[in-house]
Amino acid sequence: MQHDPQPAGFWKRNQMKIAPYVFFAPGALMFSIYVLIPIVQSIWISFQDWDGLGPKTWIGLANYVELLDDDTFYVALKNNLLWLGLYLLAIPMGLAAALFLNQNVWGIRLYKSMFFFPFVISQVVVGLMFTWFYAPDFGLFSQMIKWLTGSEVAILADERYVTYGIIVAGLWPQTAYCMILYLTGLNNLNSEQIEAARMDNARGWRLLRHVILPQLAPATFIAMVVTVIGALRSFDLVSIMTAGGPYGSSQVLSYFMYEQALSEYGYRMGYGAAIAVVLFLIMMVFITLFIVRMIAQERNR
Amino acid sequence: MFPTPIQKASGPTRLAYQIALPIALVIWLFPLIGVAVTSLRPASDLAAGNYFGVPSSIAFENYASVFRDSPIGWYILNSFKVTIPTVIGAVGLSCLTGFALAVYGFRANLWVFFAFVAGNFIPFQILMVPVRDLTLKAGLYDSTLGLVLFHVAFQTGFCTLFMRNFIKGMPFALIESARVEGVSEWQIFRHIVLPLMRPAIAALSVLVFTFVWNDYFWATVLVQGQHAMPVTAGLYALNGQWVAAWHLVSAGSIVAALPPVLMFFLMQRHFIAGLTLGATKG
Repeated sequence: MQHDPQPAGFWKRNQMKIAPYVFFAPGALMFSIYVLIPIVQSIWISFQDWDGLGPKTWIGLANYVELLDDDTFYVALKNNLLWLGLYLLAIPMGLAAALFLNQNVWGIRLYKSMFFFPFVISQVVVGLMFTWFYAPDFGLFSQMIKWLTGSEVAILADERYVTYGIIVAGLWPQTAYCMILYLTGLNNLNSEQIEAARMDNARGWRLLRHVILPQLAPATFIAMVVTVIGALRSFDLVSIMTAGGPYGSSQVLSYFMYEQALSEYGYRMGYGAAIAVVLFLIMMVFITLFIVRMIAQERNR
Repeated sequence: MFPTPIQKASGPTRLAYQIALPIALVIWLFPLIGVAVTSLRPASDLAAGNYFGVPSSIAFENYASVFRDSPIGWYILNSFKVTIPTVIGAVGLSCLTGFALAVYGFRANLWVFFAFVAGNFIPFQILMVPVRDLTLKAGLYDSTLGLVLFHVAFQTGFCTLFMRNFIKGMPFALIESARVEGVSEWQIFRHIVLPLMRPAIAALSVLVFTFVWNDYFWATVLVQGQHAMPVTAGLYALNGQWVAAWHLVSAGSIVAALPPVLMFFLMQRHFIAGLTLGATKG
């Protein structure tokens, strides 16, 4: 055995132990400072009365008690449920669009890209487009309604319809997203199974339900995840299209929080944080479900 | 293939499909087409009530006016100043963290995985108050750097998962044999793994570019003044000034939407590969 004249450097000897942490540290540090620690801080702030500048005062659960008494909170909660329920329509609509486009004809690739277009555009632009689309007097949509029913409806100024109007705007890019997930899934189908099923005379709906959909399960799962998260995160469209109005009727928790924390009548950081914590807890229920499934998949691989 | 290829269908069905395609597309993109046409409509048409008819002339003037009379050019520059450093930072950091998570058997691997996934899906509002406070205290409020640092940190979560899965898919024997040869861990990363990560880097770059360009929430929370405002927040501010000047709002919207759209068309394959990761294998 050859004797080393100089003992190998500290790094050489220990690199297998140190290297993982060296590679991991910079990203983990950034992520902790800007994501993990702020979550804990927000929970802490939700027990305080704080204007964002002066000293914080510990007020225990007072913010949460006030929240339970706040009518806007219930409107926002109800609208969030509405978003969640209706947003899921993006999944079957995306599947339908994918089935429609999954053909090999001339120019189909361009069609697929164009159908995907709404997802690439900023939600600010989507919001402005639909505001214009719904605008009374000259909006295309309200003109169509006028032509069909004879009377005009100002969707975004009507407490009954406003949330539905915004959700439709949100469904536009979300459907495109689900469509692209399903198109990728359809590209990777097991053709032998399909041919075998066709031999057994399975066609149309039955083939779709019993052979195709099970094979598309991974795409459906991802579509569920992004759609549920997207529905609960909805902020941009509400902010652009109505700012929660008219009379707070299109509020959702994410916008309500923003409005309370940075309101023009004075900053209420503690109260805002309490709303954020409620939204966070709701989303954690879904996130935990998703992660349990992801980890199970990881183990099965 | 499902549904049955249209080539096997009868002639009339094939024809019907070919006709249905463009019609469906026009209906699907109706709001977009409407805005695109309005952006080229002269203001006089709108004043005269010609909202839907053929424009009396093609008014590129609207675009010129948007750039001349509003700071939108400046806003777009700001968006680039936020987006490009973020792409470099987040993709660079996640190459390192993804490598660490994929190649070494961390004891805490599962928890780290959990933290990154959860961190990726949480509502922004739970971060808003502390991140705004931190940015203020660091003197970075109202600056593009403040936005960049947050976006880098947040996008690193998503990118790390992506990179980890990508590297896991590589043949591990490659790394093993290099170790036997005495190649250092850094050299393995730099000369063996990194070159193979090019497709993942491309996919993440387009995705992060689009996500960050289109961000509106943080642009309103961390920026107040014109000098650092990205185009999403800027467009919203301009919308307030251009009340009912829909030809200008439309032109501004198209301008703001253009960079990610171009990015998408140029790098379509990578974009979709990134977005649909996990949609095929379960």
